[in-house]
Parts: sequence; structure tokens; C-alpha cells
Amino acid sequence: MAPHDLRRPFKRPAISDQQRRRELSLQRQAQNRRDAQQHARCLASTLIYLHSPHPESTSEPQVEVEVEVETEPEPEASASEIDIRQASKLKGSQARKWFARQLMLPEWMIDVPDQLAQDWYVFARPAGKRCFVVSTNGTTVSRLRNGSRLHHFPSALPNGARNRDASGSAQSYSILDCIFHESDQTYYVVDMVCWRGYSLYECTAEFRFFWLNSKLSETGACDPPSQYHRYRFSLVPVYSCDQPGLSAAYTGEAPYVKDGLLFYNKHAHYQTGNTPLALVWKDENCSQYVIDTDSKGQIPSQQLVVLELQDNGSLTTSDDPPVVFGCLDGGFMQKSGLCSGNLLRFAIGNGGLSFADGKLEKADLHYLGKSNRARAFADSYSKVMFQYMARHSPIRYDDLIGSISSSIDQENKPSNVQMDG
Amino acid sequence: MAMEVTQILLNAQAVDSTLRNQAEENLKQFQEQNLPSFLLSLAGELSNDDKPVESRKLAGLILKNALDAKEQHRKHELVQRWLSLDTSLKSQIKACLLKTLSSPALDARSTASQVIAKVAGIELPHKQWPELIGTFLSNIHQLPAHTKQATLETLGYICEEVSPDVVEQDEVNKILTAVVQGMNSSESNNDVRLAATRALFNALGFARANFSNDMERDYIMRVVCESTLSPELKIRQSAFECLVAISSTYYEKLAPYIQDIFNITAKAVKEDEEPVALQAIEFWSSVCDEEIDILEEYGGEFSADSDVPCFYFVKQALPVLIPLLLETLLKQEEDQDQDEGAWNIAMAGGTCLGLVARTVGDDVVPLVMPFIEENITKPDWRQREAATYAFGSILEGPSPDKLIPLVNIALNFMLTALMKDPNNHVKDTTAWTLGRMFEFLHGSALETPIITQTNIQQIITVLLQSMKDVPNVAEKACGALYFLAQGYEDAGSSSSPLTPFFQEIVQALLTATHREDAGESRLRTAAYETLNEVVRCSTDETAPMVLQLVPLIMMELHQTLEAQKLSSDEREKQNELQGLLCGCLQVIIQKLGSAEPTKYVFMQYADQMMALFLRVFASRSATAHEEAMLVIGALAYAAGADFAKYMPEFYRYLEMGLQNFEDYQVCAITVGVVGDICRALEDKILPYCDGIMTQLLKDLSSNQLHRSVKPPIFSCFGDIALAIGENFEKYLMYAMPMLQSAAELSAHISGADDDMLEYTNSLRNGILEAYSGIFQGFKGSSNTQLLMPYAPHILQFLDSLYMEKDMDDAVSKTAIGVLGDLADTLGGNAGPLIQQSVSSRDFLSECLSSDDHLIRESAEWAKLAISRAISI
Repeated sequence: MAPHDLRRPFKRPAISDQQRRRELSLQRQAQNRRDAQQHARCLASTLIYLHSPHPESTSEPQVEVEVEVETEPEPEASASEIDIRQASKLKGSQARKWFARQLMLPEWMIDVPDQLAQDWYVFARPAGKRCFVVSTNGTTVSRLRNGSRLHHFPSALPNGARNRDASGSAQSYSILDCIFHESDQTYYVVDMVCWRGYSLYECTAEFRFFWLNSKLSETGACDPPSQYHRYRFSLVPVYSCDQPGLSAAYTGEAPYVKDGLLFYNKHAHYQTGNTPLALVWKDENCSQYVIDTDSKGQIPSQQLVVLELQDNGSLTTSDDPPVVFGCLDGGFMQKSGLCSGNLLRFAIGNGGLSFADGKLEKADLHYLGKSNRARAFADSYSKVMFQYMARHSPIRYDDLIGSISSSIDQENKPSNVQMDG
Repeated sequence: MAMEVTQILLNAQAVDSTLRNQAEENLKQFQEQNLPSFLLSLAGELSNDDKPVESRKLAGLILKNALDAKEQHRKHELVQRWLSLDTSLKSQIKACLLKTLSSPALDARSTASQVIAKVAGIELPHKQWPELIGTFLSNIHQLPAHTKQATLETLGYICEEVSPDVVEQDEVNKILTAVVQGMNSSESNNDVRLAATRALFNALGFARANFSNDMERDYIMRVVCESTLSPELKIRQSAFECLVAISSTYYEKLAPYIQDIFNITAKAVKEDEEPVALQAIEFWSSVCDEEIDILEEYGGEFSADSDVPCFYFVKQALPVLIPLLLETLLKQEEDQDQDEGAWNIAMAGGTCLGLVARTVGDDVVPLVMPFIEENITKPDWRQREAATYAFGSILEGPSPDKLIPLVNIALNFMLTALMKDPNNHVKDTTAWTLGRMFEFLHGSALETPIITQTNIQQIITVLLQSMKDVPNVAEKACGALYFLAQGYEDAGSSSSPLTPFFQEIVQALLTATHREDAGESRLRTAAYETLNEVVRCSTDETAPMVLQLVPLIMMELHQTLEAQKLSSDEREKQNELQGLLCGCLQVIIQKLGSAEPTKYVFMQYADQMMALFLRVFASRSATAHEEAMLVIGALAYAAGADFAKYMPEFYRYLEMGLQNFEDYQVCAITVGVVGDICRALEDKILPYCDGIMTQLLKDLSSNQLHRSVKPPIFSCFGDIALAIGENFEKYLMYAMPMLQSAAELSAHISGADDDMLEYTNSLRNGILEAYSGIFQGFKGSSNTQLLMPYAPHILQFLDSLYMEKDMDDAVSKTAIGVLGDLADTLGGNAGPLIQQSVSSRDFLSECLSSDDHLIRESAEWAKLAISRAISI
């Protein structure tokens, strides 16, 4: 038994470059395998709902993008994904226009959907500015609903800052649907649209929330701000819309100031523009802004609406198809220098809105003037209706709770019948 | 039955090669024709005192080689062969071996000791030689000294050979008693004492119970410490070796003895001969290793239930230990930097100082700085070198706050020394120290940079100049540049402070690789490694210059392939260079491939590159093959579906790689490349799948292939299934039983050691990745029912993994993901099965609340998929 060799490495790095290359290769392969696997899982989950009928899949409007290339019809490819890549090259007003159309806009809840407990999520909407947050190429930009830029900053989102991020190429995009909450300078993430280049437009809300919950925190985006991470991101607690869920969202503590409740249909894809599969509802207990205020923060005595002037002089909402609220005559248009496409402000007079067979028949509109230039859209029908109802006969929290319990009762009925048989 | 083999054995050692070959042939035939007689003849030869010692030694050696081999598969065969031999034959052989221990011939005794240990290594775990240790120890006191020495030596070898759990505590006690008595000063024979001391070294692993007993431990420690004072150098050296082993095996028991040990080691470092002094320093290095591990593991926070607390021995010894180590630094040998194998007290002392700095951090600095200040400007090169080495050694461990002000002062001095010091040894250490500064104190994580706009120009100029110095200095300068570049890896995608110097740096590195003497001091390798790091850390700005490297490196690779009529030595060098060039191209491909515009440009070289890589496979060097495979994997990843056009030509090398059992690293990398190609080609890989699957299945069934390749092969099944989807159908009948039996084997592994557990977990992970890939591959096809029959077993596998509670995080993550994939693909059909499984409840809920976000993510996925499967 000879003495044992006790030489230690001397003036040498602990690991050879070849070994390092080998390990980097293995890491890359393992990462690629994970990505491929996750991609497969993501695709798989979308497939499940592809064949089930959804209102939005039939009437989904082709997203219009002011981009010159790519008009070749590719039925299977996700149109949204292609658009995102091209939109990345847009600048200035074009970018603003594009992003303005990309948010999914909830309708206001003017009646309570069936199956609320089964098919819907609910969460308390943070008060603040709704925006898209886009991270790519080492930087992060947030854009408001009208497409204008809110912040330009480094973040811990994928490719969101100029520091090394081993996974994925620098060009890959992540897009989050957020609300910026001023008082704690935090982006509350309400939805995930695109993650590391994978589009989630075609995924159900159920999947998007799952993905959001699992992916966001791993990036460190939820950590407190630091040099390469200017703003904190935070998840919003999302509940199944059963009685405990609804009550948690409505009365539960939240780290942010609440502004109403948002309801998301679990099976709905991320649809840009107005959609009835996402709904917003408010009352005085969960929002400071139930009834619209004017620029001075006062509630005007009359309800104000913004409508879009069409070629034929009709005044419409931003819905698709638009709902007509009234009509301007050509003489008035000429005299006031108005042309089609203008957004105009009106007050609803004492005549109010009148309905026939559940449809709007007549509105008592009084012209006030052109709307603020920052506005990109007219009001939606549901918004006008919700505001109108809020002033006259609002949907109350008890109505929501009631709808959940009555649907449970209904569910029980058929089984009782079977028992008798 | 025994045969006369003396002459053959002597001939086998003859100078005349004809005679030698003939004899070797005879021995081989004899062994093949009649193994029992062959072995018995050898044992007889070894035990016969009338025979020449040369033939006896060789007989013992051949016997030993008939019992053990390095290669695992061969080893297993030999063990089985021995176990199956006739018991009486084995008894005869063993009797011969034991008898030899009393031989007057030292070489015969020593050889017999080793053979006995090999037999014991086979038989003791099978409870087949239960009397062995008893026989040894019954009369050890009455034995003549030479037999006692041989017996103790044998005990040492046995302890080295067998694992502690096959020896009863009762026997361990006897062994230790005999060994420690043999070491005791009452033993007058030095050979016996040396054999006993060396035996103790191997027996320490058996002595856990004895080390827990205060009285026994005190006794052992006293005897070991006394032995360090023996007049015999080898005994002192061996006794210190025991102390080193004790410091790592029984760190937690050292406290009562540390003061004495400190005195003993200090005296040895100062006064004793080098082999002893080196062991004495090693004791402290080993204590540092232990404390670094403990402190890292617990982050300095000790709770009552921490396994081993840190006793801060090093911190306490600091005031005396540091001067002791600094003293050793002045004992350098001339030219130690040119000698790869050198190891002396100055090197050991400096290494230990580095470990001390890592152990105690800031406290080391004030104790070392006066030495540096006093010596760094002295006329004697030894003093300057020692001071520089001391500084370089303490750069890892102390806080940047403490070090940066010192480094800011030292940096300029070092740069000047690297240019102007007349001594190569000083320059070597200076360049190394600069490298350490950049390694530990330069990078985006540090608030105050030591490299600034003002000094970067000078630093780079000096380093590039230094690359023209003698090879060992140039190599260290490359190393310093490596870390300088690495510090800018977070610079971002657009601009790096290195950009203005990029061209110059690359040029200097390429020049270094072309130096006539680049083969010395691994200069060429270091220059390429640095080039790789410079490329890895480069930014978009310098992408055009990286692109220019592509044809340049390709040309170099081309030249190595054209070289004709090389001597075997030259060929080896060519192969090494081919490996380096492939490695460099791999890094470039990964860099340029990560951005679309540069990828587009370099892909124009892809055809030529691929042609060169394929030619590298003509060489016989495993390293070159490995590197060629790695770079092809990188190219496949960058090329995506376009890689299909290379497949017809590449396929045979792929198959060759998968068949390379001998160089299993090549095989392992090839398996990884199959995965790359699957993801690149997707279903276009289908035409090659029959061949690949056949090869992979063969690999799995082979006993010869290193086991570490098997887990990635299973993962590779998953890659293939994901790529070709339901076309995997035809492989199901082969792959599934293989997966199933591997799953059964890996589900329960009670009593395995850490290595085995780690391996088993990697195997489980591979199996589970295969299942995931197969399920997801079949998803949405009309053939999912084909997977239904496998579902019960897979769920059972998941359940048993969960019950065993010895999964690591990676396995938990993959396992819970498989549950989701199964539910996702099989849907409602598997609903009832899933609901019955423990995994879908307890395991899932455990994973849902895991701290590991990757596990949570997979669990969320599984939850979603299960809820759908159940609701349908």
C-alpha cells in the first residue's frame, strides 16, 4: 500500500472548457426537450376545445393589422401569432393602433350568465390602468388601452432586460395583459397572451391562467424591484365563480384597491376586442367608480356616452356589429364640421332609453361635442347599458349570489326526477 | 492436478520477445483448457518457497487478474466464474495463499496479500469465507514478525476491498485491536508498525462504532499521533495520512485532539521531510474542505438538528496557521511551472492558503497583507513570487468590499510585473493572479468595477503582449483573458466594453494557437478555450467578426484533415487539434444560431461545415468523435428541418456513435444528438427511426455499455415519439416492455448508497420522459387506445415511486407530468384508473404545494388534465 496521491489542482480552473461545452450542450438539450414537451402539452389542451361550439370561434373578426406582408391564408396557423411577430417591427402610431386592438375587452354585465358557477372564473379587478406589457429583445414596454406607451423599462420577464437569459432567443416575445396599480407601482397581471414566443390566444382561459400561474413567478418578475427589474409584477387571485369564490373576490382582502369584479368564461379563447365571454361588474362596495365621473371627478347629473359617427349619420357603439343609438342629420354634421369616424359625446336626457322586445328602440341624446382625442373607441353597448342600469336598477351582489344558488337548484332537479323513476 | 508452470512464467518475463510471446500463448491456452488446474498451479507456484521469486510474483499477479478487472462487465464475469468453481478447489487455493503469508520472500507475501483480498472481496459478501478474519487474528501475537507484517498488510487490503457492511462489528473490533496494537510503540519491528499504520488507513471506514466510543477513539488517536513522531519516515508519513482520512471521515470527533494535532502538523510542516510535511499540510486542506462543505450546506445557520456542526477549527488556528503556510510559499522549486507533475510544499501551502481563505473569508486578509507588502518588491524572485501567490490565493472567499480596494491598488503593480519582471516564475503567478482577480471580482454582479473605461485598454494590451511570452506565462495570460471576457457575459445583446478590442483579441489568440511551442503548457488548448469564451460573451456588434471566424476555423480544420503520413504522435496531436476546432465551431454555431440574421449568414457555410465534420469521423480518436458529434448536434439545432439533407450521409456515423460501447462518452453524446435531430426534423426523421430504434434497443440490452448512457436512451425514446407521433406505434411492442422492466427495477432500491440512488433517479427520469413523449406523441391520434394496456402499469409505477419517498425533484416533476400526459392523451377512458391511483390524490397534492416551481407547474398541468379526464 503506497502512500496516496494527494496532489490538488494547481493554478487550474476546476473544470475544462470541453466539459463545460458538454454540460452546456446537455443543458440546451434538456431545455429543448422541456420546451418541446410543454409545447405539446399546450397544443394538446387547445385541441380539446377546438371542436366544441363557442360563439367567439364563429364570429371572430380577422384582426386587421396595418402591416404590408403576410396575406397568404393559412387556416391552421394562429393568425395572432404571426401578427405579433410582425407587430414587433411596428413603430410609433402604427404600433399604437395595433396594440389598441389587441386587448380583450370585457363587456359590462347587463344580465347574469347561466352556469356562472360551472363555467366562469371571478376575480377582483385592481383599480388602475389596463395595459399590455410586452417584453422582448432585452426591454419591456407597457401600452395603454389606446396603444400609447405607459412605461419603457427593464424587467425580469423573459428577454425583458439586457442581462443574460439562457432560455430562448432574444427575439421571442412575451405579452401580458395587466393593470398598473399606481399606489404600489405594481403591474397586476390579469391574463397571459404570449409567453416566450408561444401564443396563448388560441388557448382557453383555464389554460392561460394555469400557464400564467406557473410561469410568471419562475422568472423573478414577482420579486421586488431591482436594477434590472423596475416594477414588480403580481398575480391576481382568481376564483371559480361558486359561492365561496364569488364571496372571496367580492369581500376578501386584496393587496390592491378593487375596481369591480371581472368574470372570465373558462372555455373562452383570448379574443381581441369586446367579448361577452369576459364581463365586468361593479357596485359601491367593490369600486369607487360605479357611475362614470366627468373630468373633474364629479358624477354628472346626466349619463354621458361616447358614440361613433358613421357615413350615413348614424351614431353607433364600438360593438361588432355596432348598435345604433341615433342619427345626426347631414346639415348638422356639415355645420359642426363633423365627419364619419368622429367620436362624439352625448348626454342622455330625461327621456332616457326606451326598449322594445329587449332591444333599444330610442335614446334621448343631447350632443355635447367631440370627445377627447386620447379616446380610441366609442362606448360599447354594454357599457352604456350598465351605466344606465346603475343609475336606475342595478344588478346587485345578491342577484349574483342568487343566480349561483338557483343554478344549483336547477341542477338538482333532474336527478330528483330520476330518483323517482 | 497442479502443473509445473515455473519455466513458462519465467519465459513470460524474458527479454526475447519470441520466447515471451510463446509463453504468454501457453498460459492463455492452459487457462482456456483447464481453468481449475491453471488457478491451482498458479497458487501452488506462489506458495512454494523453492521457486524463484519472479515466477512466484507473476503467478500471483495472474491469479489476481483472474479475480478482478477494471471494466465492470468483465469484473462481474470473473466474480461469477470464481463463485461457480468447485469448493474444494477453492479451499486448496486459499490454503496456498494463506501459507504464502509466512514465506520469507517479501514479494511473495505481498502478492499473496493482494490476492487474498480479492478473494475476500468476492466471498465475504456471499458469506463464503467466514473463518478468514478469525484465522488471521487468532494467533497474531505469536507470529514471527514477517508473517505478522504480511497479515496486517492483508487486513489492510481486505478493508480496502470489501464494504464495511459485510464485516460484523465483532470482527471489526478484532481487526482494529490487532492493527492498533501493531502500531503501538511496544511493537519493536518497524515493518510491522508500517504495515499496521497503512492497514489502519484502510480500516478507518470500518471504525464508525469505535470512533463513537470515547475510550476507544482516544486510544486510536493517541496511537496515530504517536506514530507521527516515529523515527521512520514512512511510518510518520502513513500516520499523517491516517490523520487526513480521520479529518474527513470523523470531522465531528476531532475537537478534543485538534490542539495536539495542530502542534504535530506545525512541527512537521516546519521541520520534517517533504513527503511528511505535504501530508501535514493536507490535513489542514482537508479540514478546510470539510468546513467549506458544512458552511455551504447550512449557510452558516446551525439548528440543533444539523447533521454536523462547524467547529471553526480553521478560524481558531488562523493566527498560527497563516504564518506557517506563508513560510512554505518561499520554498518554491525552480521551473515547477513547466513541470505538469510537480507537487511540492510551496504548491501545497499555497493551495491550503486558498482553501483557508474560502473557509474563513475576510479574517484571512489582515493576516496575509503584511507578508505581501513586505515581500512583493524584494530583489529575490522567491519573495516576489511568494507574495504574489499569497495574494492570488486569498482572492476567493473574502468579501468584495474587503478585496476591491486592495485589488485596485495591486492591479497596476501586477500589470507592470507581468511586463517587466525578469523572472518567469513571477510572471506566471502574476498572470494567474490577474486571472483570479477577474474571476472573482469582475462581473455585472459587483457594484464597483475593477475594470473601467480608464484601465481596460492597458489591461488588454498587457495580456495580449503577455501571450507572446514563454508558453506557461502565455497560457496564464489566456486564462486571465478568459475570465475578463466572462465578466462581460451579462453585458447585454448590443454593447460590450470588449467590442473595441474584439478584433485584436481574436487575432492575438489565433496567433497564440499557431505558435511553434503552443503544445507546451497546454497553451494551444487555453488559447482556444479563451477564444470560445470571448465568442460566448460577444454581442450583436461583433457578430460580423465572429462570422469571419467561421471560414477561418473551417480552413484550419480542413488543413488538419489534409495532413498526410503522420507519425502516431503527430496524429494524436492532429486529433486533439480537430477536437479543439470542432469545439470552437460549436460555440460559434450556438452564438450565431441564436439570432436570425446571423444564423442566416452562417448557414451558408453549413454544407461545407458538415462535410468537414463527417471527415473527422475517419480519425480514431474518441475525443475528436465526441467533439464532432457535439458540433453536429449544435448545427442540427440551428438548422432545424433543413438538417434533413445531411441525414443520408450522416446517418452511418450516427449509427457508429450509437454502437460505440467502448468510448461510452461518444455513445452518450450521440444519443443526445439523436434528440437534437428529432426536434429539428420532427416527422422527417421517420425514415431513419427503424435503424436508430434498433440500435438504441441493442444498447439498452447490452451489459457492456456504461450504465450512465441508459437513462438518456430512455429519454431519447420520448424525443423520437414526440417527433414521429403515432408512427411510434410499431416500436411500442419493443420499447414498452423494456421501459416496464426498467421501471420495475428502478422502483425499489432499498439500502442503496448515494451513488446508486442518484443513478436510479436518473434512470427513473429517463423512463418517465419516455412515457411523456410517447403519450404526447399519440395525443390527438385515433390510436390512443393502443396505449391503454400500459396505463395500469405506468400508474402503478408512479404510485410506487411516490411510496418509496426517495425521488429527487427532477423525478417528481417528470413523474407528475406523466400523470398529466396520461390523463390528457387517454382522457375519459383512463378516468377510473386514474382515480384509483394514489398519485392522482396524495402525490398530486404534494406536488401542488411544492416549493419548486417546476414541480408545481407540472402538477398544475396534471391537475388540469385529470380534471378533464374525470369530467368527460
